[in-house]
Amino acid sequence: MQIVHYLNQFFGGLGGEEVADAPPEVRDGAVGPGRLLERVLGEGSQVVKTIVCGDNYAAENPDILKAFVLKEVAACKADLFVAGPCFEAGRYGAVAGALCVDVGTEIGIPAVTGMALENPGVDLYRQKLYIVDSGESVSAMEATLIKMTAIAAKLASGQEMGAPTEEHYIPRGILRDGFVDKSAAERMVEMLYAKTQGQAFESELTVTTFPSVPAPAPVIDMTKARVAIVTDGGLVPQGNPDNIAHTAATTWGSYDISKVSDLKGEDYEVAHRGYDTRYVCQDPDRLVPVDVMRDLENEGVIGKVHEEFISTSGLANPLANSRRLGQEIAKKLKESGVDAVVLTSA
Amino acid sequence: MVPIAKMVGSNRIVQGTGIVHVLGDASLPPEEEKELRRKTVLQAIEALKSEAPSK
Repeated sequence: MQIVHYLNQFFGGLGGEEVADAPPEVRDGAVGPGRLLERVLGEGSQVVKTIVCGDNYAAENPDILKAFVLKEVAACKADLFVAGPCFEAGRYGAVAGALCVDVGTEIGIPAVTGMALENPGVDLYRQKLYIVDSGESVSAMEATLIKMTAIAAKLASGQEMGAPTEEHYIPRGILRDGFVDKSAAERMVEMLYAKTQGQAFESELTVTTFPSVPAPAPVIDMTKARVAIVTDGGLVPQGNPDNIAHTAATTWGSYDISKVSDLKGEDYEVAHRGYDTRYVCQDPDRLVPVDVMRDLENEGVIGKVHEEFISTSGLANPLANSRRLGQEIAKKLKESGVDAVVLTSA
Repeated sequence: MVPIAKMVGSNRIVQGTGIVHVLGDASLPPEEEKELRRKTVLQAIEALKSEAPSK
């Protein structure tokens, strides 16, 4: 098998965050984890090209990277595309997932990657790809590559893929008919019995769980507090300068309101396809209440309205992506010295 | 949508007027609508000043 391997700047040996803006480059043969990949695959397989790119460059220039990778993969007539594994590296995981999808759909060869369950690339691409659960620790590199190559071999030979637990990939949410020995009622009673006995059992339906969020401490003196308005209702200035997507937004924007005491419909639009936005377009204060907040500032009820409001679109967004957006926004607000946030949601 | 805010573990939730005009009500005259918006924002300010249970 001829393989093209994608690595980020760290695994590709360029360096750490200081070179995360490195543009893609191609090397002949295997690099870093690629050598282990060749060993795992055994004789008759080789990594013909390795593409290395900085995580920031890759995240910021997805189209350039995609074209670069597709060209290289097509040029060397590869049989398999491998990206990562990426473990917990978020930008790396998201890029690896995107490239695997692109190579699979546009060139039609098998593509496989691996990452930790918490990697945002998982929620973005698990439905489209076989992603091996690498766990968080890079020490599982060899074990992960073994699982990835087993999946790749099955894909390449057209064999039927087994269940996620058998083949060690992250569930894709695909339901497949199959024969079982016991009826649903019998299986349920057995599970219930096991549960009451404190024994292990495996649920057939896993429910998304949300970790408990500690409540931030109250604001002691609101009359001195800098208060920011954040919204997931998608309000953006006319022309949507940051190109915030109407669905499953991956970015957010920060917009100046320092000289405004009442938002006007003609200055704004709404990047959100999940609700009837006419009322907000008529009067954006209905979503981002600058008029009232400014009054409260003038009356001394609050200390200061933060100079910018932050907006994104909270529609059909994978949980991991929403978390990332929230963390980025919180970081920015903290750096700006904001004491409290009023977050409005459609 | 309050049930979703609760589900994901938000600690301080104030109910708005509706999805399409969470801080207003398009059926009210402008003065009354702004008064309603003020009431909702003040509720949020109160919430920020109050101790909230961790969910």
